[in-house]
Amino acid sequence: MSHIEFRNVSFRYQEDSPWVLKNVSFTIGSDEWVAIIGHNGSGKSTIAKLMNGLLFPQEGEILVDGETVKPDTIWNIRKRVGMVFQNPDNQFVGTTVKDDVAFGMENHGVPREVMIERIQTSLEAVKMQDYEKHEPHRLSGGQKQRVAIASVLAVSPQYIILDEATAMLDPKGRKQIMRTIRDVQEEQNLALITITHDLQEVTEANRVLVMNEGEVWMEGGPRDIFSKKDQLKEIGLDTPFVSQLAEQLGHAGIKLSREPLHHEELLEELWTFRSNM
Amino acid sequence: MDISFEHVSYTYQPGSPFEYRALHDVSFSIPSGSFVAIIGHTGSGKSTLLQHLNGLLVPTSGTVTIGDYRLKADEKNKQLRKLREKVGVVFQYPEHQLFEETVAKDIAFGPENFGVDAKEIDKRTKEAIRATKLPEELLERSPFDLSGGQMRRVAISGVLAMNPEVLVLDEPTAGLDPSGQREIMDMFYDLHHEKQLTTVLVTHSMEDALAYADHIIILNEGEVYMEGPPLDIFQHQDKLEKVQLDVPEVIEFVTKAKHKLGIELDYTGQSVAELAKDLAQKVRGGRDHE
Repeated sequence: MSHIEFRNVSFRYQEDSPWVLKNVSFTIGSDEWVAIIGHNGSGKSTIAKLMNGLLFPQEGEILVDGETVKPDTIWNIRKRVGMVFQNPDNQFVGTTVKDDVAFGMENHGVPREVMIERIQTSLEAVKMQDYEKHEPHRLSGGQKQRVAIASVLAVSPQYIILDEATAMLDPKGRKQIMRTIRDVQEEQNLALITITHDLQEVTEANRVLVMNEGEVWMEGGPRDIFSKKDQLKEIGLDTPFVSQLAEQLGHAGIKLSREPLHHEELLEELWTFRSNM
Repeated sequence: MDISFEHVSYTYQPGSPFEYRALHDVSFSIPSGSFVAIIGHTGSGKSTLLQHLNGLLVPTSGTVTIGDYRLKADEKNKQLRKLREKVGVVFQYPEHQLFEETVAKDIAFGPENFGVDAKEIDKRTKEAIRATKLPEELLERSPFDLSGGQMRRVAISGVLAMNPEVLVLDEPTAGLDPSGQREIMDMFYDLHHEKQLTTVLVTHSMEDALAYADHIIILNEGEVYMEGPPLDIFQHQDKLEKVQLDVPEVIEFVTKAKHKLGIELDYTGQSVAELAKDLAQKVRGGRDHE
């Protein structure tokens, strides 16, 4: 029962507008990291909003741990499904970091003693414990996103959705946040759903859903997905540098035994190739 | 237009408890027609520097010269209007600044304010949307009915309709998907050449700096940390890492290939396919020597 399930979900924003999602079905396990990729307009962000009841489908059903997402269940659902958005400035309500982290818990009626403890642990998890009394709007972009993640963690959800949560950060900030998130996921055994354009991020996921024109276009591990370069190109999606280089090496007569996901794997493959020559 | 900074410092709210020195003794020059990337970590002073380029900020000390215009501390800067006509700035998320009822009116807003006549505006508008690849049918639509990518192109068209000689781009691709990013950057690159602009790109993306710029200025804590052509700058991975900057992925890979496989690849800007050929040759070549 521990999973998010989309059952034949279709969604459109207005009755006379085109379907944004068409008969979409998939499941996401409660300790999985799933990356959702696709063009702008492919329906990825709509999926995120449907998962925690910011939107409701016209057709089909969304279940979180067996419970259908609908207006009278969303408060319960949102305890389990937390969301971090792209722009950190749009998600602050408190005047201090501490207040901000407390806000979500207050809404869920978490008792005071528990709140105090969770503020501490969730800020520690994102390495922002020294910033409790800071004003959120004076933090850097990366620090803001850390606080936003801490606020979500404090409610102790099972599923965390990151909707392009690193897109506005600089490359170093992006890497640091992803490392933090990965650590938290492993320690607390959470599910991560990342909606992203960052291919490096995608290579680290357990599974990838490729969306195109409102449909699940492909589904698989990152290695499978990126080995289908021609198909990805067809819908205008890029592959990582390492994938491209591996493909070109193939054209130059060097066949690798598997699709490399990062530099080290490609170099290992080349090492093996050379020693077998 | 030639751009030069001579010993420029800028301090926010001097003499108050919030005093913050954003730029310190910054000197560099950008010859007319160059494509320069300004790179730096968040808080390195990039945005402050950028705001000097069209006189939104005036140095606390030192001199900024842009073509014939000079910005100097404690000097009355009368020609700001002229300067702003010549220097077009595309700010971050420029689509947030759209406000008019129609795309055409929004694009016309800038030139109208500078007293350009209606006929000329019409001509420039058409030229601008051709450059940004927006269909003409959109001109009478509300900019708010468009997609995010189209809205950004409308905002950029508004800057182009000013016929600037210097184009300043502050993270122009932020928030776009990878293919959208490439389209926008290619568009600026084409414009740069066609119109012989001087282009200043403020970016986090080492990949873009490598692909488009002919000169890089790296800022750190308000000072010029490094400066030079991209391929030279990216030779110094250690020095870049000290200020938390990466090198482009291709260069990172070339370095790793040397350390792990002993393969020396000479990266001179070749394509992935060409690089793969070089690499394949070297991988095979290794055996011939044995």
